[in-house]
Parts: sequence; structure tokens; C-alpha cells
Amino acid sequence: MSRSRLLPLTGILVAVAAWQLGVSTHPSSLIPGPIAVARGIGELAARGLLVKYVVASLFRVTWGYLTALIVAVPLGLALGMRRRAEAAINPVLQVLRPISPLAWIPIAILWFGVGDLSAIFLIFLASLLPLTVATMNAVHNIDPIHLAAARNFGIPLRARITRVLVPAILPQLIVAMRIALGVAWLVVVAAEMIAVNSGLGFLIVDARNAGNRYDLVVAGMVLIGAIGIVLDLLMRRIERLDSVRWGYAAE
Amino acid sequence: MSSIEHSTFEKLVLPLLTVAVIIATWSAAVKFSGTKIFPSPIAVASAIGTLGEKSLLWRYIADSLTRVFAGYAVAIVAGIPLGFLLGWNASLARAVNPVIQMLRPISPLAWMPLAVIWFGVSNAAPIFLIALASFFPIVVAAMNGVRNVPPMYLQAGRNFGLSTWQLMIRVVIPAVLPRIIVGLRLAFGIAWVVLVAAEMIAVDSGLGYLIIDARNAGKRYDLVVAGMLLIGVIGLLLDTGIRRVEEWISE
Amino acid sequence: MKVQFSDISMRFGAMDVLQDVTIGVEEGEFLCIVGPSGCGKSTLLNIAGGFLSPVKGTVTIDGDPVTGPDRRRIFVFQERGVFPWLTVEGNIGFGLFDLPDEERQRRVAQYVHLVGLEGFEKAYPRELSGGMKQRVEVARALAVNPDVLFLDEPFGALDSITRLQMRSELLRIWRAARKTVLFVTHDIEESVQLADRVVVMSARPGRIRRVVEIDIAHPRDLSSRRYIELRDLIFGEIGLAHQV
Repeated sequence: MSRSRLLPLTGILVAVAAWQLGVSTHPSSLIPGPIAVARGIGELAARGLLVKYVVASLFRVTWGYLTALIVAVPLGLALGMRRRAEAAINPVLQVLRPISPLAWIPIAILWFGVGDLSAIFLIFLASLLPLTVATMNAVHNIDPIHLAAARNFGIPLRARITRVLVPAILPQLIVAMRIALGVAWLVVVAAEMIAVNSGLGFLIVDARNAGNRYDLVVAGMVLIGAIGIVLDLLMRRIERLDSVRWGYAAE
Repeated sequence: MSSIEHSTFEKLVLPLLTVAVIIATWSAAVKFSGTKIFPSPIAVASAIGTLGEKSLLWRYIADSLTRVFAGYAVAIVAGIPLGFLLGWNASLARAVNPVIQMLRPISPLAWMPLAVIWFGVSNAAPIFLIALASFFPIVVAAMNGVRNVPPMYLQAGRNFGLSTWQLMIRVVIPAVLPRIIVGLRLAFGIAWVVLVAAEMIAVDSGLGYLIIDARNAGKRYDLVVAGMLLIGVIGLLLDTGIRRVEEWISE
Repeated sequence: MKVQFSDISMRFGAMDVLQDVTIGVEEGEFLCIVGPSGCGKSTLLNIAGGFLSPVKGTVTIDGDPVTGPDRRRIFVFQERGVFPWLTVEGNIGFGLFDLPDEERQRRVAQYVHLVGLEGFEKAYPRELSGGMKQRVEVARALAVNPDVLFLDEPFGALDSITRLQMRSELLRIWRAARKTVLFVTHDIEESVQLADRVVVMSARPGRIRRVVEIDIAHPRDLSSRRYIELRDLIFGEIGLAHQV
């Protein structure tokens, strides 16, 4: 195993060991150790809840995120290309941006009731703004020479968008998508803690309320962290594609 | 049209027009849908007015601000030194980074149950969550800032005979300052969002609490929307304030 | 006249950048435009390419006035004009979207060969040197068979050795393709090495000071008396001493 793999592994092992140590020396605290948590995960799997909750959370993220993407990219392209439209709407975006998606929960419940749709709506909101702004900024950062060249070769507008605009913004967009996905994952968990009856967020709240099962609480947290990493790694894979790689500084 | 006129028009008139259109559409939608619950713009404005009269609003704002600054300060004090350390020492970074990457995607709210165990229901819980959420971006920003100090600056410093400590103070810190401030601004944005979310669950005052309470204690959606607007505007003001600091520093 | 500039004047805001520029370019000619920074030479080229509209005057190509960008007259920018998300093949074939696949591939191969990039067809620009990227751009421009080529300081970002090589390359390709070329540069030596005629512009507002005919046959000996004479002539026009 190469040295570069060894160090991260060591780091994780040290952290886990410290965790176990902390728990063993303070038996009165309710916090579970790594072993109890591992057993908790096993229990969830045995009860069939593991798969059910993970799927529920992923389902909501996927729908909310993809819907936001489909709206944000064309919107961002249109705003990026029309300076006036952007100037008009920018202050509104700036005021909406600091509002936590969770602050929309009352409105979400009002419009969609308690359930999947509310959660999806919240994720949609949480992803829409960052993705739109990122697309807009990416359009601004396109080298004008490329757009001029496209006009020079007589490429019609539609083709200019698909053959030049979109490929040119892809590197920045993919990075923003990765970050937005991370945020969406955070939001889904929070939304589930408040507004629905299944999923990993719900697991955490429920495990505590229905019997102080802190081993399951931490098990939920570990699962959330792990899936978050997996999603992040998947997006980074996309960043390595040839048609995207060119946009990042020398590797 | 001279270029100066152009930009005032764009920066002022167009956004105002957009806001006017939004308010008009909102008003019309409320009227035509005959909803009894969703507030009209006028209702929201008057709600803000009423809140302003009662000292409650100012108390809530003060509480929110106190919490966010406290948590944010903790994150800075803990995060910047650690970030520097990790940026300076690549091996340490490789060891510790995975632990950070693992913990980061776990929604701050998912830490809530643990926070309650450790701190009970009090101001400390939201402060802990805010600190936790801001901690990661600050560490990463500081780490990347230090890592990306152009090697030629360090070489020049050593050339002039600076010790490591002096190098840190006279070369590294000025070099990374602009970049760290940007990271700090982004981290504050996160802190603000987490503040609101944390207040929706764990305390009984503050802007986040206002939103949840207004709904629960009587479906006062005019207060809900008023609260959201306040959150957006105050968050924007704070963000602009940090941007000013950024600009001031980089000159 | 292939390209005719008539009384071109241009203004940006309150600033006059070009004044009454009138010159004709023959078919197949290699014309260089030199001048100090800010003399409007790039602006002139952009007007000819249809990217800017002059406040006065017209540009005609083959008698037709220029109203906008057109594939019959292609701009070659610096090597960063190459599309980084496309391979060499993809770039060169970029303008050939209305050709059937087979024909397009044939053309691309032809121009890959012309600029000497065989073997690099599937490479991405980030894997290429500055000079190679410049060649991709020239090939991309030529592949659509334009009437006129505009080059705006294309070698500006290359190191001086590569620049010398690229000049020879460009001349070789130009002689093979026989296009009309308008080439803007601030490098006087470059203009004397490449051009049939050199248009010397004055400082802002840009006016034509002088048109110098370079009557040396290619390949040009950079130490020959005539070369040095013409070069010094242009130096003098621009008002530069030639001692450092």
C-alpha cells in the first residue's frame, strides 16, 4: 500500500480509536462508541430499515436536485447572456440567498403538506439558487474570443449554445453542481428531521424520541457522512472527464 | 447613452421594476386564489411594522446576532490555526483530511441530538452547531490559502534570511489574507443559514424561532414571510459588510 | 481589390481611435499592419471582420460591404482561441458542420497534414505547446476555405524561438493555400519578415502614416541589406531609435 494511502487510513483509525477511548473512559455519557454504532447499523440492516431510509433520502435528493438543475441551467444561461435581465433580478437573488431553505418549511408544509413533496420542494429551493448563480457566473467567465469565433464561423444561435456555451461553462458548472449536491444532501437530512416520516434525518430524530437510542442516532450520522462522501466522489469522477478537465488549473 | 447612465438605470431602475412586478403578481395571486392563509404583501409589511413596535423583534434579532457571532468566532479561533497547520504540513493534511471530509457532509442539524446531550437546551446548542458548520469551510480556506502561497514568495523570504516564524508573519499571512477573507465570507453565509435552522429547533427566541412559532402558535403566515424577508435582508447586509472589509483589505 | 477600406473612422465613447483609413488589399496579398499600442490596428481588423461597426466609412470584400461576422473571412486569434473542450480534430472540423461526415473527415485530415500535426488528431489543446495550438487555429480557419484571413498578433503569447518558427510555418501554409491575409502586429521585424506590404499606423487617433512595399523575395535573408533598410525605414516612421 503506497504511502499516500497509508496516511489517510491512519488518520481515520486514530480518530476512531480516540472516539472509542473517549467513550470508554466516560461510561456515564450517553454517547455510543464505534462498536455500538457498528452494531446499530447492523440492526438497521436486519430490520430492513437501512435500505428503506437510505433510498427514501436519496429519492428525495435526486428529484429535488435534478428538477432544480433542469430549471437553473437554462435560466442561468439566459441571465448570463442578457446583462439587463441579470441586473434586474440580481438584487432579488441576493436577498433570497441568505434565507435558509429550512425557513421555507412552514410554506412548504402549507403548500405541500407533510411528506415527500415538501422535502423535494425544499431541496429544489436549496439547489436552485446556487446553481443558477453559478451558471450565470460561468457564462460571464467565458473567454469572449470563443464566442466571437463561433459567430465568425457562422454557427446559428441554437448551435452556439450547445456547441460553445455549454461546453465552455461545463468545468465551472460541474464544480458548482458538486457543491450544490452536498448542500442538497444536508438539506434533505434537515428537512426529514422536521417534515417527513422516513429517511435518514427522520431516523435520527425518531431514534432519540422513541427511546434514546443514541447508537442509532450516531449510526444515522455515520451513514449520512458516508453517503455524502460517496456523492462527492462521484461528482469528482465527472470532473475528470476530458470534456471537463480542461477547465481546471494544471494538475 | 453614456455608460454611466446605463449602469444607474440597470442597477436601480430595473431591480425596482422587477420587485414591483413580483409584488404585483404576488398580490394578484393571493387575491385570485382566495387563500385565507397565505399573506399578501401588505399583510407582510404591516406584520413587520407591528413586530417592530413590540420590542420582541429587536430582542429576537439581538439573540440571533449574538448566537451567530459567538459560533462564528469559535470557528475562526479553532479553524484558522488548524487550517494553517494543515496547509503548511502536507503529511498532516493527508492524514487529517479524510476525517474532515467524512464529518463535513453530516448536516449540522444531525449533530443536534449530540449537541443537546452535551449542552442541554440552551444558547450553547445553536452556537455549537454554528461553530461546527462554519469550522469546516474556514479550515479548508485557510489550508488551501497556505498551500497556494506561490513558492517564489517563500523562496524570496528565505533568501532574505527569515526564520520560519518570521516567514509566517511577514510573508504567509499577508499572502493568504485576501483568500482567507473570501473563505470567511462564505463561511459566514453558512453560519447564517445554520443559525436560522438551529433556532427553528432548539431555542425559544431568535429569527428562526419566530418563523416556526408564528406558524405553530396560530398559522400567522404573515409573520412567517415577514421573518423570512428579515432573515434575507439582514443576512445580505452582513454579507455586504464583510465584502467591504474584503475590499478594504485588498487595497 | 479583394478588401477595400474606405474612409474608416472609429470612436469609442469620446475617444477617436481611427481616422480616415483608406487602403485596398489585393487578392492573395499578405498585408501587415503595424503601429504603436493603441493606434487602433486591432480595431481596424475587427471592423474588417464585422465584429465592430465604424462610425464612418465602409469596408467591402469583393465589392460587398461588411455587415457582420461571416465564414468567408475568418479571424485567427492567439492560441487561446482554440476550443479547449475539443480535440485537434474537433477544433479543425468545427466550422464544417454542414458537411457529410466522410467529407468532413477528409478535409480535417487534409488540414492536419497541411499544418504538420499528424499524430495529434485526438490530442486536447492542454496537451499541446503554444505553437501547436496556434497551428490548430490556423488549420481551423483554413478548413472552411475562407476568402480572407485576419490574424491579430497571433504569435504574441509564444516565446521568441517558437515565434520565428511559426512565421516560417505561416508563410509556407500561406503560399500553399493562397489566401488574402491581413496581419496585425506591433513587432516591426515580424512585419518585414512576413508581408508583401506594410501599413504603418500613427499613434491614436490611428491614421495611415505610410505604406511600405517589401520587395524582397521569400525566403528572406534577415541580414540582407534591403531587409535592414526597410526595417529601419519603418522604425524611423514610428519614431524609434535603434540603439539600446
